[in-house]
Amino acid sequence: MATRRVPLVLLACGSFNPITNQHMRLFELARDHMHSTGQYQVVGGIVSPVSDGYGKQGLVLAKHRIAMAKLALQSSNWVTVDEWESQQPDWTETVVTMRYHYGRILEEYEQSTGMHDDFSGTTTPLSGPCPQLKLLCGADFLDTFKIPGLWRDDHVEEVAGRFGLVCVSRGGLQPERAVHESDTLSRQRQNIFLVREWVRNETSATEVRRALRRDRSVKYLIPDSVIEYIHQHNLYTEDSERRNKGTVLRPLAKQAQPVKSLDD
Amino acid sequence: MDGQNITKVVLLACGSFNPITNMHLRMFELARDYLEDTGQYRVVKGIISPVGDAYKKKGLIEACHRLEMARLSTENSDWITVDSWESLQPEWVETCKVIRHHYDEMLAAEQNNDDVDTVKYAKKRRIEENYFDGSSYHKRRDGPQLMLLCGADVLESFGVPKLWKQEDIAEIVGRYGLVCISRSGNDPHKFIHQSDMLWKYRKSIHVVQEWVTNEISATHVRRSLRRGRSIRYLLPDNVVDYIREHGLYSDESERKNADVVLAPLERYTGASSS
Repeated sequence: MATRRVPLVLLACGSFNPITNQHMRLFELARDHMHSTGQYQVVGGIVSPVSDGYGKQGLVLAKHRIAMAKLALQSSNWVTVDEWESQQPDWTETVVTMRYHYGRILEEYEQSTGMHDDFSGTTTPLSGPCPQLKLLCGADFLDTFKIPGLWRDDHVEEVAGRFGLVCVSRGGLQPERAVHESDTLSRQRQNIFLVREWVRNETSATEVRRALRRDRSVKYLIPDSVIEYIHQHNLYTEDSERRNKGTVLRPLAKQAQPVKSLDD
Repeated sequence: MDGQNITKVVLLACGSFNPITNMHLRMFELARDYLEDTGQYRVVKGIISPVGDAYKKKGLIEACHRLEMARLSTENSDWITVDSWESLQPEWVETCKVIRHHYDEMLAAEQNNDDVDTVKYAKKRRIEENYFDGSSYHKRRDGPQLMLLCGADVLESFGVPKLWKQEDIAEIVGRYGLVCISRSGNDPHKFIHQSDMLWKYRKSIHVVQEWVTNEISATHVRRSLRRGRSIRYLLPDNVVDYIREHGLYSDESERKNADVVLAPLERYTGASSS
């Protein structure tokens, strides 16, 4: 092979409350896009549901969100569910989750290259390009960077700069604008991959929960196995939607700092 | 029992289904929720009727594949079925005639308690239970209704010259009824308002507003396949597998019927041109 592609793992963080077909589409679209650059070989995808400590309204227990994600991804041969983030007692900054996963990935890589060294007898530490980890997100995610108090600047810098972002847009110029409007993101522009999804699909977990509360069909929006699980455990009701109502989102509380001037 | 005034409804969707997508299947779910929410209807069955090869639409692959994909995609539905009658006709059949055929079948099923259909036994039995349960069996006067299920684009195609016969539109809407799923961007109410005929039958046209934009189309699926892009989660996994196994949808298949006139256009212009 002429050029060695960089092995890439895509990590999606979020509530997954519940996981939808659209979440899984994001992985497919991102993989196709990254392959089409000719520089990357996507070797894995990780779904990392947020922990209960996040404090988001309507968030059902992590054990259920994990179970549903596992059911939904049973038929995928490259995307898996990881429980580490969801098992943390407190909400974990996305950048910390990324460091954890990247640490794991590097360890695996070093082990495999170490074995290679022993075998070939050379001292070259690298047998191939070092793997990378990038954060996979939807277009609306970029907008969260500008919500005051939600992200620490140095974290945005690290997520976008050290790791990188793959952002799937749902039509419109929203992601470009979000990058343009943030100095940090603009600085890291070369490390932000924007994937244009030409087919608009607005299926959101919020819509799915709404439909379930109203006893409307969600078939074909989420996998049948997940629908069954939801019914078995009677998951999304008016009661469950009131969970955490009025609670301050954990990142806002945890990172509370003197409010900076909103306009410069 | 309540429900004396509840009319049973069979929903019929005609189209290419080239291939069937989750969006087609969602339309059935949305229509059923909407109709049952009115308190006037109970949807007992859905029928997917893929068009025959003689339709001559560009890129239309063989009906046997389109039927099989539709069958696979409805394996996990307890009320949506696939019917091959239309696709087996040697010539293209007007939608109106397809509706008549299924209406007759439906009445026959009502009378004989014998659904002449291709549905598997379990599904067939469930559907029959839907037809024949309880008191409504005696109420002939409120016989079941057959409605055509379509997207707003079909409603708007009623305005395309030579595509539809006016008396067919009148029969479809007036005698049977229409359930139209409206995606954002379409305005079926305006379209109905602007057509005297549709206005006349407006009470038989049920417009279902879909609030969640979802533009998955068969055209997009075929395009993705030609370009080697993933189509997963746009249609059921077993259909994705079927497409791969049979190598369906290529540059070559997209060129099928490229220079051929669509059957309805051919038929309705043929008389005047000869």
